Amino acid sequence: MSIEVRNVSKTFGDFAALRDVSIEVKAGELVALLGPSGSGKTTLLRTIAGLETPDPGSGDVLFEGRPLSELPEPERKVGFVFQHYALFRHMTVFENVAFGLRVRPRAVRPSETGIRDRVTALLQLIQMENLARRLPSQLSGGQRQRVALARALAIEPRVLLLDEPFGALDARVRQDLRRWLRRLHDEMHVTSILVTHDQDEALEVADRIVVMNRARVEQTGTPDEVFHNPASEFVMDFLGHVNLFHGRVESGRTVIGGVALESPGQPEGARARVLVRPHQLQIERAVEGQTALRARVVRVQSAGPVVRIEVRSETGETLRVDLSHDAYELTPVQRGDEVFVKPREARVFLEDYSI
Amino acid sequence: MRFTARVSNPGRAPGFGLSLGFAAAWLGLAILLPVAALAAKASGLTWREFAEAALSERALAAYRLTVLASLAAAALNAVFGFVAAWSLARYSFPGKRLVDALVDLPFALPTAVSGIALTAIYSSGGWLGGLGLPLAFTPAGVVVALTFIGLPFVIRTVQPAIEDLDPGLEEAARLLGASPARTFVSVLLPALRPALLTGFAMAFARALGEYGSVVFISGNLPLKTEIAPLLIMSRLEQFDYAGATALSVVLMGGSFLMLFGINALDARARRNAG
Repeated sequence: MSIEVRNVSKTFGDFAALRDVSIEVKAGELVALLGPSGSGKTTLLRTIAGLETPDPGSGDVLFEGRPLSELPEPERKVGFVFQHYALFRHMTVFENVAFGLRVRPRAVRPSETGIRDRVTALLQLIQMENLARRLPSQLSGGQRQRVALARALAIEPRVLLLDEPFGALDARVRQDLRRWLRRLHDEMHVTSILVTHDQDEALEVADRIVVMNRARVEQTGTPDEVFHNPASEFVMDFLGHVNLFHGRVESGRTVIGGVALESPGQPEGARARVLVRPHQLQIERAVEGQTALRARVVRVQSAGPVVRIEVRSETGETLRVDLSHDAYELTPVQRGDEVFVKPREARVFLEDYSI
Repeated sequence: MRFTARVSNPGRAPGFGLSLGFAAAWLGLAILLPVAALAAKASGLTWREFAEAALSERALAAYRLTVLASLAAAALNAVFGFVAAWSLARYSFPGKRLVDALVDLPFALPTAVSGIALTAIYSSGGWLGGLGLPLAFTPAGVVVALTFIGLPFVIRTVQPAIEDLDPGLEEAARLLGASPARTFVSVLLPALRPALLTGFAMAFARALGEYGSVVFISGNLPLKTEIAPLLIMSRLEQFDYAGATALSVVLMGGSFLMLFGINALDARARRNAG
């Protein structure tokens, strides 16, 4: 089922949680709402679920073109997974999953055997058939969240909404679970929206990412688009570590210290912020004609998938450079060495005086 | 179940010996010593004397009224205390802080004062007595007094439990298609049952031993509106210490058994609530 959020605003007292937010989710897509805490992502998810209503006079949420406010609750069929599971603690795993079926009006309620079959199938899906009689208190965090997911899936939701579903779990479990969630989504194709503040989770799991900041949508796009083509400094910064340089536009080039980057079409003399990811910097022992920033190596950490080098530039900035182990072997540097740092690629954002 | 066992494992819980020793000593001094003195006093009676004092027609009627009125009062409190706790925990309304403070008043008021006030209201010349509710000097009056003094127990145990409820529980039930009534019965009430049961037990226990607020409103008619604590008191006033002791032993034993039963239920409810 497709979902459209059209110009929705939501305020709590004086606090604006959503300001004129619009997003579209196509049928069968898995979209991540990514942003820091307080950016409005959870409020947006809860508004889509119908747990919050948009401010009067602002927009609406549309399920397949029909406004949510005109859709009776039983027809919405929203599956919701809470960060802290919200399992019914006095009910067994089986009864938790069966709840959404048991509460149906008699006319549309499956028979007892129908319920049993469906719950058993869902427990197989989450690989917990043998734990059906356990109480939530007897499960691990990862198991509880799988039960919460099965409970949400039991009502055959038209849309699955997940609010930081792995936020309370430890790193290893969350990695396993999010891969599992992606596989599950590929099998079932339920339109899904996932809220997260973890950029790796969003990049790994989602078909498309909506990056949110301060109650607004900063950018919407595929993981590749938002990572490689960030629309704003915020998006670039939020999606991974960046090195920040301050520069100035001079005759079509942005100049930072001794380095000039081609940046055509920028207003002459404007102050620019230049953002470079650690893997986009390279280190050289000597300058070969071209310009580079002089720097001193502060720290080298080679245990890990990449060699992480921290340098302090002549202009006083601390920079992070990520080199592959192969590249590091070509130019091995040590703490205290004098080196030259050169960006291969960079993104230039003009300083915004409007804020 | 597993967690309980783990925590009570003396090898793992720090300070187990110290805290158990302290608890035992305190309980011994504060509760067991007076109880033992009572038992010792009672053991001076022959079985025949004991039975005559403790199982007379008047005594049996008094036990019956005490237990039934206490149960009725605790049940009333469980229902209305729950509603009051719900309102205090969930809604904001003008004067809420005042109401919140009023709840504790029965704790603070000398029981005789509440007794006199209730009698004044419910006697045939009083505000409510005059309006067709002449409950003073009837068993119903006893229930009224016991309800009055027991109400804070239920509210004060249930209110924090309601405040601590995960709002996600209600939202989850709603999104799964449950009606508000179904959500209340199947999700919220079971989650609050342990707290409610504790409040009920405390109100019940308080009512069993209550004396001051009842004497005025009940009228103390033997076989009709005389409660057991009052009967004990009147035996003492007649210097019939043996009779008073025998009554006390029965009242105490009965109370203990009933509270033990409620606690067992309570423990089971808590275990299920995880």
